[in-house]
Amino acid sequence: MSKTIFDKVWEKHIVDKIPNGPCILYIDKHLIHEVTSPQAFASLNKKNLKVLRPEKTIATADHNVPTIDQHLPIKEALSRNQVDTLTKNCSDHDIKLFGLGHKYQGIVHVIGPELGITQPGMTIVCGDSHTSTHGAFGSIAFGIGTSEVEMVLTTQCLLQNKPKTMRIEINGKLEDGVYSKDIILYIISKISASGGTGYFVEYAGTAIRSLSMEARMTICNMSIEMGARGGIIAPDQITFDYLEGREFAPRGDKFKSAIKEWKKLKSDSDAKYDKVLKFDASDIEPMITYGTNPGMGIKLTDYIPELSLNTSKESYNKSLEYMGLSVGESLLNKKIDYVFIGSCTNSRIEDLRIASNLIKGKKKADHVNAWVIPGSKSVEKVAVKEGLDKVFRNAGFEFRQPGCSACLAMNEDKIPDQKYCVSTSNRNFEGRQGPGARTFLASPATAAAAAINGFISDIRHN
Amino acid sequence: MEKFKSFDSTVMPLNIENIDTDQIIPARFLKATTRDGFGDNLFRDWRYDSDNKLIGEFELNRIKNNSKILLAGRNFGCGSSREHAAWAIYDYGFKVVISSFFADIFKNNALNNGLLVIKLEDKVVDRIFKKVSDEENTLFHVDLESQIFNSLNGEIYEKFDINEYNKTCLINGYDNIDYLLSQKDKILNFEKKYEK
Ligand code: SF4
Repeated sequence: MSKTIFDKVWEKHIVDKIPNGPCILYIDKHLIHEVTSPQAFASLNKKNLKVLRPEKTIATADHNVPTIDQHLPIKEALSRNQVDTLTKNCSDHDIKLFGLGHKYQGIVHVIGPELGITQPGMTIVCGDSHTSTHGAFGSIAFGIGTSEVEMVLTTQCLLQNKPKTMRIEINGKLEDGVYSKDIILYIISKISASGGTGYFVEYAGTAIRSLSMEARMTICNMSIEMGARGGIIAPDQITFDYLEGREFAPRGDKFKSAIKEWKKLKSDSDAKYDKVLKFDASDIEPMITYGTNPGMGIKLTDYIPELSLNTSKESYNKSLEYMGLSVGESLLNKKIDYVFIGSCTNSRIEDLRIASNLIKGKKKADHVNAWVIPGSKSVEKVAVKEGLDKVFRNAGFEFRQPGCSACLAMNEDKIPDQKYCVSTSNRNFEGRQGPGARTFLASPATAAAAAINGFISDIRHN
Repeated sequence: MEKFKSFDSTVMPLNIENIDTDQIIPARFLKATTRDGFGDNLFRDWRYDSDNKLIGEFELNRIKNNSKILLAGRNFGCGSSREHAAWAIYDYGFKVVISSFFADIFKNNALNNGLLVIKLEDKVVDRIFKKVSDEENTLFHVDLESQIFNSLNGEIYEKFDINEYNKTCLINGYDNIDYLLSQKDKILNFEKKYEK
């Protein structure tokens, strides 16, 4: 029977199927961080249980860490306690930790791929919904809750119902100035923030194939923003080239035989999906969100609509009121206060290159606070080597140290009440970037241009 | 996990769609290393203003009906994987959440903590909202064994779906970790074949 890539990877990892119930799914790689793991360790310690395969779990500190002075002890007691708890749990259970100060520390979904931990055909989970990022390599990757973190620690398995599959094809050529962030914001605006719920999405089509690995990661990353459990893209030569030589990727002959296996990871041409959607790349333009869920997005050149998909008028109005916006308004030339370039969606080296290219030799607008938070120590290192840190600093941006930062505002990096922030992150929920903060999600290019101009602008006509 | 028993309760209506996990429990309250006490910060920024004063018109502050059932608009629990959202709801005193649509990860997290999620059709959810807004002390009955949600006066009577495995776990208070641990031999056998 013909199969999708999802079916192939899924079936290979089934330990057992409970009649009228979920499957026992074997997990190849488990990533943990300080915020969603402590209760899992506390529970297994209490039950006197051991971690079954410590070598299959990798830890980092990212959600709660400061982005300045990382060499100093964390000032805030609760955050420090969380990070210290992670360190202790990892040492007690022999788990490899890339903690603060480690050369590989960074946002969990940035470091997995860049270190070659993420590989095609794997099952990968993490107590974080954006684990979907890793699907860009042709792996099944999804976020889990803390009880599930405990399940993976103790049994290397999870109980999962098989999701439905959706194929989203983007064919054709992208216009200049349109980035992968625009593709995914476009898709979500078309199907709403719940349009993918219950599905695992495979992205395909010529426009997807032409993207770099980093751009593919941005797309898979935001699968969760349409409600999908995850996104997956079949691996190809671009994937193999990206992985070759990375720290934890196979090497030499092992790499060659791995490629042979990885090449089998694609959907059969007559594979069946529960749903298929097709879009034309030429219809995609730079995108921006105007509301408080990621489905509330428009082309930069469009106006705020009367209503968005799957939303009642009441919730819609509440959302616009929160944002201080009204129906029929254009966001072009809208004055903004903050720019945040960072998060697991857009903090990789390519993102920083795109942004720095646009601002080289320019100065940010006086009234704007602009922060660049590299996704990891490795990204930071390359950025410094290429002199991007200087480009940002000379333009008046703050170039800080790696972490999740203002993506979820758990540390000090918060957008103040009612301030507008153009953000390259993935969520524009009420209060996500700080109580009362108003978020516009956009690509790194649109964010960089907003910092320079002080208002939202279309980089194609800059 | 506590065993799930049938009960009667009023309903707490929260007629908003896309209630995301950042609304249920904002990130700044996720710094704890234990599971306790999250109920205090459930819907924090809707319940309290920036000076920590109660916002009177928000449903949880306005309606004093001691409800164990939270009724919410569609796409409840979207956003992050934080299980803290389920802990906060349960810790506050809810045993059931009803909506016409739930985010996937939230559903799993809820069930893993003995919190029953009941999915009903949009029009049924609307009817319950209507009923509760007319009379906020209307009593409802939740019976997991027979999968029935009904108002005691008989006006609303709905059968809901749940898979057998989850139902058995909730009713008996079994948790998935215990189940997986009991399957360890199978897992080890699988690994042997798999590693080759
Ligand atoms: S950057 Fe944001 S979305 Fe990504 S892992 Fe961190 S908090 Fe989650």
